[in-house]
Formats: sequence, C-alpha cells, structure tokens
Amino acid sequence: MKPERVRPGAFPRLCLWSGLLFLYVPLAMLVLGSFNANRLASVWSGFSLHWYAGLVSNEALLQAAGLSLLVAATSATLAVLAGTQLAFVLARRGVFRGRALLALLSTSPLVMPEVILGLSLLLLFTGMEDLFGWPQGRGLCTLILAHASFTVAFVSVVVQARLAGMDPQLEEAARDLGATPWRSFRDVTLPLILPGVVAGWLLAFTLSLDDVVIASFTSGPGGSTLPLLIWSKVRLGLAPEINALATLLMLVVMLCLLLSAWLFNRARSD
Amino acid sequence: MLLCWSWTLGLLLLPLVIVLRISLAEPRLAQPPYSPLWRTDVEGAASLDLRWDSYRLLLEDPVYAQAWWDSLGLAGGTALLCLLLAYPMAWAIAASSPGRRRTLLLLVMLPFWTSLLLRIYAWMGLLAPQGMLSQALIWSGLRDLPLTLLHSPPAVFIGMVYAYLPFMLLPIHASLEKLDAQLLEAAADLGCPPWLAFLRVALPLSLPGVMAGTVLVFVPALGEFVIPDLLGGPGTLLLGQVLWNEFFVNRAWPIAAALALTLLGSMGLVLASHQILQRRLGQHT
Repeated sequence: MKPERVRPGAFPRLCLWSGLLFLYVPLAMLVLGSFNANRLASVWSGFSLHWYAGLVSNEALLQAAGLSLLVAATSATLAVLAGTQLAFVLARRGVFRGRALLALLSTSPLVMPEVILGLSLLLLFTGMEDLFGWPQGRGLCTLILAHASFTVAFVSVVVQARLAGMDPQLEEAARDLGATPWRSFRDVTLPLILPGVVAGWLLAFTLSLDDVVIASFTSGPGGSTLPLLIWSKVRLGLAPEINALATLLMLVVMLCLLLSAWLFNRARSD
Repeated sequence: MLLCWSWTLGLLLLPLVIVLRISLAEPRLAQPPYSPLWRTDVEGAASLDLRWDSYRLLLEDPVYAQAWWDSLGLAGGTALLCLLLAYPMAWAIAASSPGRRRTLLLLVMLPFWTSLLLRIYAWMGLLAPQGMLSQALIWSGLRDLPLTLLHSPPAVFIGMVYAYLPFMLLPIHASLEKLDAQLLEAAADLGCPPWLAFLRVALPLSLPGVMAGTVLVFVPALGEFVIPDLLGGPGTLLLGQVLWNEFFVNRAWPIAAALALTLLGSMGLVLASHQILQRRLGQHT
C-alpha cells in the first residue's frame, strides 16, 4: 500500500510560494534590466535593445564565448568517455581490490571546494611542466583537462543512477548468447543508458560553462573564458550589457532543457 | 579499468600529494616559489627537508583563526537558514499531488541550471544602493535613505541561501515523500496535538534528509569563493578568499597548500561523522 500524503498546512504553503518568489524575482529583474534604455538600474526610461546590439560588436566577448564553448564541449566529451567507464566499473564489477578508494576519490570533486581543485590542478600542471616540459605554460590544454577532471565525477553519478535502474540480466543474456563484452556493452547496455549519458554530457557542459574559480587557476594569460570575462566586469559594478548577456544565456539553457526533455519523452514513447 | 585508475590517481590523488609536498616546503623568492624537497649537505649526502612552518603559522597568526570563525559561521548560518526555509517548502511539495509535485520540484531546480555567476549578479542588481530593494523601500515610505546591503555580511547570507537552497530541499523532500501520513493521523487519534505529533513523529522520520541536506550545504559553503567575493565587503576574508590571496597575491604557495589541506581535512571529518550518524540512525529504525 502506498503511504498516504502528508497534509499541507497554511504555513508550509506560504513558505513554498515565498520561496519560489525568492528564487525567481532576481532572475525576472535581471531580464527586465536588460531591456532598460537607461544605464542606471533604478530609472526605467523605456524599452530598448541597445545592450543586445552592443554584445554583437564586442570582439573580446565573442572570442571568450567561442573559447568557452570549445572548452565546454571538449571537456564534456572527455568527461563522458571516462565517466561512463567509471560508472560501469563501480556499478557492475562487484567487489575488487581498491574499489572503496576508487569510489571515494571519484566522488570527491562533488564536495571539494573549487579553490582546492583549482590549486591542486595548477600545482600538478606546473610540476609536470618542470619534470617533462609539458604542458608548456597554461592555456587551452590545461583548461580542458582541469574541467574534464572535475566533471567526470558528475557524469559518473548520473550514469550510475541509470545503470542501477537497469536489469543486469540483460547483459548476462547477451553474453550467454555469445556476445563479446564490448558487443554486449555497445548493443545492449549503451542504448539503455544513453539518456543518462546525454544528461551527464549536458551537466558537464553546463558546469564547465559556469566555472570561474578553476578556470582562473588553470587558464593562460592570453585566453579568457566567458565566465572569467563576466566576473572581472561584474566585480567593478553593475553593467546592463551583462544583463543582456545573461538573458541570452538563460534563453539558450531553456531551449537546451526543452530539447532534452522532448528527446527523453520521444525515447520513452518509442 | 586503466582509464579509471589513471584518471582518479593522476588527476585527483596526485595533485593532492603535490599539495601536501608543497605545504611542507618553505616559501622562496624563486621559480618555483618554494624550497626543494631534498637537502644536500657538504659531503653530497641527500636528506629530506620537511618544514612544518606553514602549519605553525596557520595556528599562530590570528588572521587565519578569524577566517576560520567567519567561514564556519557563514557555512553554519547558511545551513540553518536554508533548513528553516527548505523544510516547510519541502513539506508543501510533498503534500501536493504527484503531477503538481513534479512541476514544483522542476521549478525549484530550474534556476540551478543558470550560471551561478549570473544569479549572484542578479542579486547585486537587487541589493545595490540604487537597486530594486532599496528603491522599493524608499517608494513605500519605509525608509528615507538608500539601503546599502551590497558588500555587507547580510548580502553574503542572502546569496548563499539563494545558491544552496535546492541542496537542502531535495534530500528533505525525498524523506518527507516517504513519510506515511497515517502515522500522524494515528497520533492525532490518540489525542496528540499536531505540533507534538510533528516533533515526535514527522521530524524524527525526516531526520536523515535533514542531515544529508545540512552536510550538502555546510561542506561546500565552507570553501565558497565566488559569492563572498562578489556580495561581501572588503572587511571580511573567508577561507576561500584567504587561500586565493596567499596564492595569487602573496605568492606564498606553501601556506596556500597547507590551508587547502586543513580545509579538506575538516570537510572529511564532517562527512565521516555524517556517515557514522547516518548508520546509527539506520540501525534504530
């Protein structure tokens, strides 16, 4: 028998609605500010797309956005490759020597503060440079490696959740029918966990696109990512161009989420 | 298998080992800015050169103790405020119909998908002296002068609660969802007033969720950097900012490394005690 639901009270409901207001009012104001013709946030002097037009002609910003997209896409792909394998090993291999250590280490980026992740990765890169002469300085390579190294943990958790919901007997059946381990993974497991893999990629992509702290440790003097650019501008005070940029980015995220929701629903109805 | 191990050992464990090694060195005005691991004496014999000076400095200099207290206060306060807001919210969500529940959870999660940096920027706009909140207070006649919340401790708390609320809400909701309301009805039938039934029945049963949420908020909040950097004032320095300054501004790599390891160690302590408590709780129910 299903447990009966707790009864809603007036106070919890009040908290729920004020909590949701608390979550959404700042975002609404952010969007509103991007259409304000006035530079001052407090004075509304009419609707304008002025700040959006400014974005398109901002060379440094476009370059940073391009770099960020490249880093996010590459590191998310690396993270999915390693994270899926990691999830598979942790969920399917049973007990093996060092499993506890692997599980502990691989989930540590979920709670480790970004300053520690950034510091330790930078020290690793400079140490490697001293010993092997690679990576020379910091730049695209170190940035991608750093982002991949902390997003793997998130991919692995998402894929593990998907693997836990899947019947392992399906893989056993494939093996009994003579499929090689790789074939049973490719033809049986992978199609079933694909939604988890895609969700993991999207999560890794978003996390990479959002990161300021690790990027400021591991990026080079030349290439500034979009969050780094926004951060250095925002530290100086309010800027309506950032409102316009934020509105556009939120729109892109919404479209991505809608697209993935649509893909999931289609996959389920098939 | 090889990929898994090389990734976890090479990109997660090895960096921490290097941090440990640098934390035991002495700052130098050189490249790299710390003393070498081996010391060779006149006869050419090498010996390990480990120094505990960085850790001693962390204990002795009151600047670091202040940063610890401020960070612990911020993390604890954030966890408490999140709990006070998230618990009733989770209750209201758990009490609604399954379809509505999914929509409400989605609404709570949705802002999480927008960049943290931009969400904090949105609060900068609201809290600035010429911002929305201050203007609204003046307009409604509650205040005469602009309210300067930005770059003050309350602003940091608002931003922290805003960013960490879902981490508290989701585990609490997960445990309230499983709570059978018939238990509360039984308590009421036996003459128990609702508030006592909540305290004696519902709250203990949702305790695992509350504990998980508290840990999920407290641990990352302890080392938070972006939110205090953007919303906080120049007066208070938290652990994340101290580490940042030691590394980038003072180039004191060994001190930054020692600070990182002590911070990591204290987080490990919190997580381990949570594991033990959770296991204890599991045995009782």
